[in-house]
Amino acid sequence: MNNQGRPTAVAGMAETAPATISGDRGLDHEEGLIFELGRDGMTGVDLPQTQVSESRLGGQRRKGAIGLPGLSEPEVVRHYVRLSRMNYAIDSGLYPLGSCTMKHNPRLNEKMARLPGFADIHPLQPQKTVQGALALISELMRWLTTLTGMHSVAMSPKAGAHGELCGLLAIRAAMEARGEDRKRILVPESAHGTNPATAALAGFTVEEVPATSGGHVDADALEAKLGPDVAAIMLTNPNTCGLFEPRVLEMANAVRKAGAYFYCDGANFNAIAGRVRPGDLGVDAMHINLHKTFSTPHGGGGPGAGPVVFSKALAPFAPLPLLIHDDAGFRYIENREDLETGSPFGRMCAFHGQMGMFVRALAYMLSHGADGVRQASEDAVLSANYILASLKDVMSAPFPGPCMHEALFDDSFLDGTGVTTLDFAKAMIDEGYHPMTMYFPLVVHGAMLIEPTESESKESLDRFIHVLRVLAGEAKAGNRARFDGAPRFAPRRRLDETRAARKPILRWTQKTPVADAAE
Amino acid sequence: MSELRFTNQHEWVRIEGDEATVGITKYAAEQLGDVVFVELPEAGKKLARDAEAAVVESVKAASEVYAPLSGEIVAANAALSDDPAKVNADPEGEGWFFRIKLADKAETEGLMTADQYTEFVKGL
Repeated sequence: MNNQGRPTAVAGMAETAPATISGDRGLDHEEGLIFELGRDGMTGVDLPQTQVSESRLGGQRRKGAIGLPGLSEPEVVRHYVRLSRMNYAIDSGLYPLGSCTMKHNPRLNEKMARLPGFADIHPLQPQKTVQGALALISELMRWLTTLTGMHSVAMSPKAGAHGELCGLLAIRAAMEARGEDRKRILVPESAHGTNPATAALAGFTVEEVPATSGGHVDADALEAKLGPDVAAIMLTNPNTCGLFEPRVLEMANAVRKAGAYFYCDGANFNAIAGRVRPGDLGVDAMHINLHKTFSTPHGGGGPGAGPVVFSKALAPFAPLPLLIHDDAGFRYIENREDLETGSPFGRMCAFHGQMGMFVRALAYMLSHGADGVRQASEDAVLSANYILASLKDVMSAPFPGPCMHEALFDDSFLDGTGVTTLDFAKAMIDEGYHPMTMYFPLVVHGAMLIEPTESESKESLDRFIHVLRVLAGEAKAGNRARFDGAPRFAPRRRLDETRAARKPILRWTQKTPVADAAE
Repeated sequence: MSELRFTNQHEWVRIEGDEATVGITKYAAEQLGDVVFVELPEAGKKLARDAEAAVVESVKAASEVYAPLSGEIVAANAALSDDPAKVNADPEGEGWFFRIKLADKAETEGLMTADQYTEFVKGL
């Protein structure tokens, strides 16, 4: 029984075959922790004899064993290869995680990112020796400001939420420069959780803006909440219901009139890149998840990067360093004293940002071309609408659509079945799919948010749709065998995810060997 | 069994003598969605009114449960630790959170009746 009172043994499946002798199940290896596999005296490296005759560690010399596992090189390689096979990645299947834009990462990106002129450079080496890398960053900046219709861009933020913080710190600096102390930030209730968290971290108080029954931000409620103490709104467009905000211009004007700024969460830029320029919507600052919109999603080969584009009004407050191009070539301005104009609020990180991500993003842009970036967005929207149209008769769509790049369903089609959104998502794992985003956005009950991206072929989408249609049908028919205790075929059955987060076991402790215990 | 009283924090309170049983309302349980974790106060803990008494986490959100009345915790519903879903199944019965020995019975006068609470929820 798990903590939901559900049986954790396989229901309705006669496991008549005897358990394997090894504990492994075919290609599915039952892999222990590396500390359990290691043993004393085994090593994969041959360290040279020390040349130091006299210890200068004083009293700091280690007395106990260091406790590292002892394994040979092939054992280490097998261990991590086996673990990697328990993973799910965009390289192994459709990854419908909504608001994450898990798109294919073209291999060309990887080839480019590994060029030694980009990969083997150091942020402290003389700038005249890295002119090519700086030219690449400059070209990427040109693409980003052109695609967004914005004035300038800060390249150093390392991820989406880091970019949000960068944007809000610039807004705070702009407020201070005006001699104003505005404390409130308005955040729609459909916002990504990072939005209110960022606002709080930047020293603001957060006020929620409700959604309309149609899934849009309630523009009237937003206007009513605006006032002389509102610093900014944080809006995602298209929003997390996968809907374009039809009243975005009206809201932007009202925000401007109230003397506040418009921060846009750019996580969903893949729906509009090449078609809509956020600058035309009145946006003052927006982060761009290079690792979503321009490929290399989570686990797709690199870290994240969240450059922030700024309007002319906020540009003077953008963080250091600033990349300059003049007759002498490219160079970074690292200090405020070296600036002729502008008052940067500070800096976001020690160096200049994620070079590897800059290379991948520009490789993606140049290989697609401006028309290709636009087509990718259009295809992403088409794929999501195909999913919505193909599933809304068996699942329940809270908003009729058409949608943008992601299709949102709620759990009302499961009413009375005893199957929850969680059960449904877990059953998808058995079918070989990573689940969609669940229970988000919060504005609909038991949300299931599906973002197929443009990477999937129609055949791939059809297969996915077929699986979801059958699952929905079985749930409604009261056939719970596929849902209770699912997943059945994953390396582990249903986990208690809450307890794992609430009461994590972070430290491995050695089980007392039987022989020792007997002593 | 005495009737329930309510707070604007969506807790119900059943007062019996100088003790009160506390849980979250049906409305709160529905709003939270499937509850997956409950952290309860230990017996003996003294709480002022509106102090954080328990934590309830659902698939959607984590929220605090506040002490509706001042007093000392006399018991917590250990069954919720193993089966937090009881909060959804029977929020105003088996899904109770804790029992508190009241420090000041006069505080109970500020609580809402069932009708008042229904009106309050309608206005949200």
